[in-house]
Amino acid sequence: MRSLAALEQRLDALAAESAPGPGVAAELLAIGEEVLEHWVAAKRLDPTRDAREGFRLLALHRQGCTDEPSFNACRETCRELVYHYNLVSLEPEHPDTVQRLRMMTLVTNHLFLFVAGKLQVRELGDFCCASRPLRESAAPPDPA
Amino acid sequence: MSGTRDKYQKVAYYPGCALEGTAHSYNRSTQAVGKALGLDLVEVENWNCCGAMEVKNIDPKLQTYLSSRVMSIAATEMKMDVVMAPCNGCYHNLKKAEYDLAHDPKSVEVVDRLSKKAGHATYQAGQVETIHALDWIKHGLGEEGLKQRLRGSLKGLKVANYYGCMYTRPRHIFPEKDQGPGSESTSKPHYMDDLLAVAGAVNVEFPLKTACCGGAHTLSDSDTSTKLVLNILRAAEAAGAEVIATECPTCHSGLEMHQVRAEKKFGQATKVKIVYFTQLLGMALGLSPKQVGIHENISDSLDFFREKGIA
Repeated sequence: MRSLAALEQRLDALAAESAPGPGVAAELLAIGEEVLEHWVAAKRLDPTRDAREGFRLLALHRQGCTDEPSFNACRETCRELVYHYNLVSLEPEHPDTVQRLRMMTLVTNHLFLFVAGKLQVRELGDFCCASRPLRESAAPPDPA
Repeated sequence: MSGTRDKYQKVAYYPGCALEGTAHSYNRSTQAVGKALGLDLVEVENWNCCGAMEVKNIDPKLQTYLSSRVMSIAATEMKMDVVMAPCNGCYHNLKKAEYDLAHDPKSVEVVDRLSKKAGHATYQAGQVETIHALDWIKHGLGEEGLKQRLRGSLKGLKVANYYGCMYTRPRHIFPEKDQGPGSESTSKPHYMDDLLAVAGAVNVEFPLKTACCGGAHTLSDSDTSTKLVLNILRAAEAAGAEVIATECPTCHSGLEMHQVRAEKKFGQATKVKIVYFTQLLGMALGLSPKQVGIHENISDSLDFFREKGIA
């Protein structure tokens, strides 16, 4: 598993490529998996080797969500990554392949930024769409 | 559907605090669009904070109470059936309170106790239906009704529709979504796309429409927020968008402010304009840029819309 800094560097390099080839799709999917491995490992779990709907990325996302509802905020990002992988790998000669890879790189980058951000600032995402109270371990004062 | 359409003709309007401050242009354009479409908004009397993000995370039951009070006033004092909240945070919190009061006896108990102490009727789950501004126009008027009222057009304007995180998450508090054709999707929301397409926009394929903008960390960890926003802006531009349409004041102000900050701090400039969907619909309905508050946005788009012949 590469460091987050190394993954960021590689994503920056891929973003700078003017005409990425179809093979980049597999690399981006693998980067997405590595990003989620970091999250799962930080929770002191062994990153799963299982697949959901044929993709390890989705299984890792599922694993990363355990006890962490705010992690769901990257569910659609993971699914978009898989969707773009399917688009490129099923039709590598499609005239939109370069554009699809460009979008796939940005989607992977978003996943990276979200997860890396959460690893730095644990509550990232908790304030918005997740319903988890920050102080759930301590009994809140009775407002009445 | 005609029952829903009738029910949405006159709704209780809950603007929330953001629409009285940073999102004043959203408030202005929502009211102007309602007037142009013949849909009545009656502001909730003496409304309070929905509990926003801060109260919810410190004490979720207090947030449930605060949101329930808004719904109680609408139901018992105003005798309204529907509350419309254009702010994603308010919409999310009212829906969450509705869910909690229908499923959690402890929430019911706390809300009842606090309501009695505050001297108003206790809100009972199901007394009102909470909807978003998108539901209000989509179901109160429909695409055909909107089409009939257009006085202008968005003229092929390329739009990336950005819904943010709170409009669809968590899924269990939105039981009306994901109900098949005609209903909103939590994984690929499309109501904003549908309405703007009727108004003449071309919606681009935008894969980050519900991605996190880092909004709540805009002060505590600005760099993370800026990077997340910058990626959203770049994705919109890479998708060919000239404009990002928003429907959440937190996302909107985050996109606007971090667009400026990304250029100043990281030297990364983006040109895509950021406007509320109600501002776009308003201009297509023949309202002036001033009437929909384009001048109140940080993202300076007036000249752009004039050049396009939209304003």
